[in-house]
Amino acid sequence: MSEPHIVFQDVHKSFEQKGSQPVIALDQVNLTINKGEFISLLGPSGCGKSTLLNIVAGLDKQTSGSITVNGQPIKGPGNDRIVVFQESGLFPWMSVLDNVMYGLLIKKVPKEEAKERAMKWLQKVHLGKFANAQPHELSGGMKQRVAIARALVMDPEILLMDEPFAALDEQTRMVLHKELEELWYETKKTIIFVTHNIREAVILSDRILLMKTRPGGVKSVFDVKAARPRQATDSVLVNLESRILVELEQEMEKILKEEFGHDYDLKKDSLRGDSDSHLGSDI
Amino acid sequence: MAILIAIWEAISKFEIFPAFMWPPLIIPNDPGGVTILKTFISGFTGGQLLEATYVSISRLLVGFSIAVVLGLFLGFLIYKSKLIDDTLGFFVSTLQSVPNIVWFPLALLWFGLGVESVIFIIILGATLSLTVTSSAAFKSVSPLHIRVARTMGSSGFHLFRTVILPATIPQLIAGLRVAWALAWRAVLAGELLGGSGGLGTLLDMGRSLQAMDLVFAIMIIIGVVGTIIDNFVFVKIERSVLRKWGIQTVK
Repeated sequence: MSEPHIVFQDVHKSFEQKGSQPVIALDQVNLTINKGEFISLLGPSGCGKSTLLNIVAGLDKQTSGSITVNGQPIKGPGNDRIVVFQESGLFPWMSVLDNVMYGLLIKKVPKEEAKERAMKWLQKVHLGKFANAQPHELSGGMKQRVAIARALVMDPEILLMDEPFAALDEQTRMVLHKELEELWYETKKTIIFVTHNIREAVILSDRILLMKTRPGGVKSVFDVKAARPRQATDSVLVNLESRILVELEQEMEKILKEEFGHDYDLKKDSLRGDSDSHLGSDI
Repeated sequence: MAILIAIWEAISKFEIFPAFMWPPLIIPNDPGGVTILKTFISGFTGGQLLEATYVSISRLLVGFSIAVVLGLFLGFLIYKSKLIDDTLGFFVSTLQSVPNIVWFPLALLWFGLGVESVIFIIILGATLSLTVTSSAAFKSVSPLHIRVARTMGSSGFHLFRTVILPATIPQLIAGLRVAWALAWRAVLAGELLGGSGGLGTLLDMGRSLQAMDLVFAIMIIIGVVGTIIDNFVFVKIERSVLRKWGIQTVK
């Protein structure tokens, strides 16, 4: 299972800005993602995690360095790499079924077959009943399921997910985590999952890349060695979550200092609440 | 409505204005005299009004169709290229502020007295307005939809046909409605001045014959045609699109 799928070599990306220094979104990223791996990019906003995803998707281009998929450099978007965005981006002028069929018809799949495959995937995300509904009739979680079905029906090798559950409520998100884990287990796709939610990353991923800012890039890598299907209460996960939080706090402090000036100090432990710091003081 | 008609008839009966300036609507002032209703009916049975209406509407359709194609095309160019936006886009919005009938003397010089001149100012008026609205509509297409389509492998004309055009339909319909009203005005103004047949020319004839009954009958037709198309074509399409998209619940 450790066959390299996506390889990043010295990937660098900077954005030109009028009248000031170019912003370095990604600096010297070296990374190998294996086939069938579920990898999360975790970090505060502005750390280049979405930029990295967009480059793999072919929607953006790196300034220098190389990225290869199966040994081939990326040339623009392709239907072997499908993106699921934070907002579902369903086309409101099409029915749910037509939305899912959209990509298949571009691939020149015959209409009848496309319909069949789209229905199959809609059923897999438990929305078979809503095939003829219009997108506005669905809830946020349902829309996101359709978006996932629309991506997976294309049978891409790589699924790119850009904070796909960030706009959903906690309960819906937990349900979708389970569903995504099952779908991933069944299809064995390589998944790159961008998020700023530590718990989400810990529950879903094989590997977590913690990203840093200014310059953007990979700060550290965590392997998640917990059995699947995952439980949020698993001690390995809880432990890992707090380890990541410590590193993330350092990163946050850096950003806050830059935004508020150098006299700002994010007190250690203040994020974890006062009840903890109170412990033992009465003994 | 009934009150308005009654007031009209009263003004006519008391001859506040001479009868040729203010003809009765339904009840003739002297037995067998002219009324607007009578002129209206005889105009239709005699074919004179019917034919003029047909001529005007068919000109409108020809001019408007050409304007839609041209307007969408120019709007797309402005959306696509920053350079064209800065040059042509600015030019178009300047021209748009010129009432299209101002072009008529020029049209007469270029195309002569006839159908061509009328169609020219219809196209001019509607195209400019549509260029402005369609380019604004294309620019407002959600980048998310475009990215979704591109990641699925759509590009070029396919992207335009399946995403950009359908995404702008609600705005385009609103734009078409405005352009249509401009075009309908242009038809009548052109015919009124250009004398090439149609309702506008008939209106001018009514004026020179001092037949206000004819003038009023034609004004009624103009209003009715405008209302029918606006209410039964555009409003209907607009409602069904908005309902399908869930933008607005049915009133």
